[in-house]
Amino acid sequence: MDKNPISSSQAEYVRNHRRHHHLVAFLRFLFFFLFLMLWEISADLNWIDAFIFSSPGRVLGTILDMSKDCSIFRHTGITLYETLLSFLLVILVSFLTATILWFSGTVSEILEPWLVILNSLPKSALAPLLIVWLGANTRTIIVAGMSVAVFGSIISMYTAFKDTDEEKIKLIHTLGGSRLQVLRCVVIPSSLPSIISILKVNIGLCLVGVIIGEFLAAREGLGYLIIYASQIFKLNYLITALIILCIIAFGLYQIIQSLEHHIRKTRSL
Amino acid sequence: MTPLLEVSHVCHAYHTLSGETQALSDLTFSVDEGEFLVIVGPSGCGKSTLLSLLFGLIPAEEGTIRLRQSPLDEHQTKIGYMLQKDHLFEWRTVYRNVILGLEIQKKETPENLAHVEQMLKDYGLFAFKDSRPSELSGGMRQRAALIRTLALDPSLLLLDEPFSALDYQTRLNVCDDVYAIIKKEKKTAILVTHDLSEAISMADRVLILSKRPARICRILEIRFSDKNLIPMQRRQAPEFKNYFNEIWKELNANG
Repeated sequence: MDKNPISSSQAEYVRNHRRHHHLVAFLRFLFFFLFLMLWEISADLNWIDAFIFSSPGRVLGTILDMSKDCSIFRHTGITLYETLLSFLLVILVSFLTATILWFSGTVSEILEPWLVILNSLPKSALAPLLIVWLGANTRTIIVAGMSVAVFGSIISMYTAFKDTDEEKIKLIHTLGGSRLQVLRCVVIPSSLPSIISILKVNIGLCLVGVIIGEFLAAREGLGYLIIYASQIFKLNYLITALIILCIIAFGLYQIIQSLEHHIRKTRSL
Repeated sequence: MTPLLEVSHVCHAYHTLSGETQALSDLTFSVDEGEFLVIVGPSGCGKSTLLSLLFGLIPAEEGTIRLRQSPLDEHQTKIGYMLQKDHLFEWRTVYRNVILGLEIQKKETPENLAHVEQMLKDYGLFAFKDSRPSELSGGMRQRAALIRTLALDPSLLLLDEPFSALDYQTRLNVCDDVYAIIKKEKKTAILVTHDLSEAISMADRVLILSKRPARICRILEIRFSDKNLIPMQRRQAPEFKNYFNEIWKELNANG
């Protein structure tokens, strides 16, 4: 592309495109900044009750306070650890289950209605049961995190496997390939884009499940912090925890996003 | 000389809950070593089904198919099958696409890989071996697909309308290319098509099927006075028109 001299209309197009991008980035930041300003000012001028609504300054103060005894890092770390572990387990379990379902049409026919029922069940209803079964500990929270994501993940992954082009499968058979080779050479590579979007959805769902679990069965973690703060009316803590959750959710999504970019680049999908 | 492939009294039907559809009825024919047989027939008459049977993808309900005088299942890897579309995988390079068959059958020996490299060179794809399939033209993709099939060194080649997804101009060129490659590699081939001109331009014999349930109307020997014509030249030869009319009449009488 750089060998050819760029025409003036092309240069104009590129310039406009960049200008638009910069404008959007700037306005995003401006919006955020104005929001913080408005929040701070309305709290300081008593337009809103700072005890209930907190304020950016108070949140910052809380973060600094909690950094001194490292409790903020402990809570954040625990939630992050539980989310990532349940996410990895969800991916592992749903990949294995989807593979089994793909291999055996009969098994998938038998299990499909059960999966649909389990998927539509509100998972927060399961959490109290999990506490009784597994105790109030990290294990329960990780299982709670998994329970939100795993059934939908199995269904989506199996659907992606099943949607593989029949003719491509036939090609592997004409080259003398077994069903396992069909899975390895066609089904998994061609489902990769769907698998990535399943990852994107599930990382968020796991965070939801872990927070639900922490509401009920934790002594540490951001979910615990939220419940604890609401019970003793320390809303600065609560809003701080919410903001950290926003950052975590954004960060996790970005990780998957960059993984996707990497895969798209190396495998040119 | 005994024929390479013998098909005798093959019948086949499709089963659905709403009933049974007879697809093929009592087909008997044979193919000699080095021969190019083209099967024509109205669309939906069961041509593709026949190829699937010949390959052994689905077992014939009745009748026998023998390759070199023994049943098909002993010969799985001796038959190459080329599908309508090239189905080159975008997540593999051209080279990794053409060695897919060798990879699947774990036959990536130095001799086989050297054969593949030679074919890539001979058929103008060597410069593109590290490219992605999307960078190839329609004709090049089809050649790559053919090399992928030939990499396993099959003794019989089945081609299921391999040009139907191409535009007309590419189609004529690829037809010449594929014909040249098959002749150069000295392969026996069975090609299925509904394009009569294509059939006459490539075939040693044309097998005409009736509409469903397909039976053999006629097997027509194609002889041009000059034996070394390439498909494009055959299209201009004086005999071409006569064969065309003959097959046309046969198809209409039974269609």
